[in-house]
Amino acid sequence: MKLSPWLYTVGMFLFWEAACWLFSIPVYFLPSPTVILHAFSEFRIALWENSIQTLWTTLAGFGIAIVFGMILGLIIGWSKNIYNGIYPIMVGFNSVPKVAVVPILVLWFGIGWIPAVLTAFLISFFPIVVNVATGLATIEPEMEDVLRALGANKFEINMKVGIPRSLPYFFGSLKIAITLAFVGSVISESVAANKGIGHMMLIAQANFEVPLVFAGLIALAVEGIGMYAIMAFIEKRMTGWAHRSDFSTQQV
Amino acid sequence: MYLQRTTFHPKQTGLSTEESVKICVNPFVEIENVTLSYSEEIRDTAVQELSMSISEGEFCAVVGPSGCGKSTLMKLVTGLLFPQTGEIRVDGRKVNSALKIAGMAFQNPVMLPWRKTLENLLLPLEIVSPHRERLRREKQTYVKQAQELLKTVGLEGCGDQYPWELSGGMQQRASLCRALIHEPKLLMLDEPFAALDSFTREELWCVMRDLWQKKGFTVILVTHDLPEAVFLADRIFVMSSRPGRILVERKVDLPRPRELDLCFTPEFTSIVHELRGHISEARA
Repeated sequence: MKLSPWLYTVGMFLFWEAACWLFSIPVYFLPSPTVILHAFSEFRIALWENSIQTLWTTLAGFGIAIVFGMILGLIIGWSKNIYNGIYPIMVGFNSVPKVAVVPILVLWFGIGWIPAVLTAFLISFFPIVVNVATGLATIEPEMEDVLRALGANKFEINMKVGIPRSLPYFFGSLKIAITLAFVGSVISESVAANKGIGHMMLIAQANFEVPLVFAGLIALAVEGIGMYAIMAFIEKRMTGWAHRSDFSTQQV
Repeated sequence: MYLQRTTFHPKQTGLSTEESVKICVNPFVEIENVTLSYSEEIRDTAVQELSMSISEGEFCAVVGPSGCGKSTLMKLVTGLLFPQTGEIRVDGRKVNSALKIAGMAFQNPVMLPWRKTLENLLLPLEIVSPHRERLRREKQTYVKQAQELLKTVGLEGCGDQYPWELSGGMQQRASLCRALIHEPKLLMLDEPFAALDSFTREELWCVMRDLWQKKGFTVILVTHDLPEAVFLADRIFVMSSRPGRILVERKVDLPRPRELDLCFTPEFTSIVHELRGHISEARA
């Protein structure tokens, strides 16, 4: 069972290779996997350094997004009034394509890693906020009633029921947020940076080093998949309880 | 810990509410002419001029057609809702905030799935006043108390399991334990057995009967199951349909301790039949 994704992936590369060979696709258009592999080995130092750069800017932006997202999510989910008031602003903010924000960031902070980290942050905090706020705002009334009947105030209810209840939503949003953060930092690197895979791919394209462009692409894919997998693993460990049904079927 | 049960029953059955209120000396729960409406519309009036009086240590049941305001009544007594007119007094004091001496169990067990069953039971102790300060120091005593309770309802050893690992009946038993952990004087039950199959239900009737017999708290059981009411209660209040008020009060004289076989005796069946008649009239 678990072997099957690997088999399909290998199959896909074989198909790619075969197609390039069969249709004699030129290297500067679509390099075949073997050529890309060669580029990996030829440019391995550059690839490695730039991958690390992209990785850490992504993680830094993501980290800020988690902290900020949780805090803002808690504030918004706490009170219905704030929820109704801030939500439209957030939706509006989120609708602006972040690639348009990068030039502004460059104006403020110059070219380099700062705009990359900030773009990663700006793109990825929204899902976290929404999920945390939704998790808090949708506590089942019965659960609240159990505590209210004992005389608990809003703070206690949110601490004891609201926050644990929201954790599955929070961890679920991390998977989305990390991929978005990744997008954010690559966009920023492509537009205005001096390091990072996005930047490297642009330079490679300008020099017609097409295999390197694709190698960069594959490096990005590996990083993206790896980060997603780690987040999914963390989610499963922390919120295993939420993936059972709340009321199990009758056991005889 | 528990006061002696000073049960006082009006000797006759079928007393009108006014008469029984006058007779009930030393009432523990008093509901006087209470009206609650969810909005301006007449049809949203849940209860209208409802009056009830319950003595300490009594086991009372409230029955009535669907939507007659039984759950609203529950929330009024425990201070989750407040009446627009009339007054509710529990233990001599007016109810103007959530009652801390009450335990509640709902139809839905509502266990917190991220906590183990034992930790779920300890939840009220983290909130209700004398216990929350003592909890850290005396954790072991409380844990032992919780395990004792679990044993009484037949869930010995289940404390370490998560609620979703238990069956529906077991979760409901745990929910009853949770309602009793802080040793409340008043237990409110809102159709707690409605979602269970009939064998589990009968088992839990016996569990409830034994718990009450042992601990002596006052119980208000809201149910639509007439045999359940007659089996468990000392007195049964029949509510009218919305807007709800008490139509009839029926004392259940059947001797205690009551066994399940009682459900098939003619006296039992005739009481159920009589109540059913009242409810049919109320629904009409």
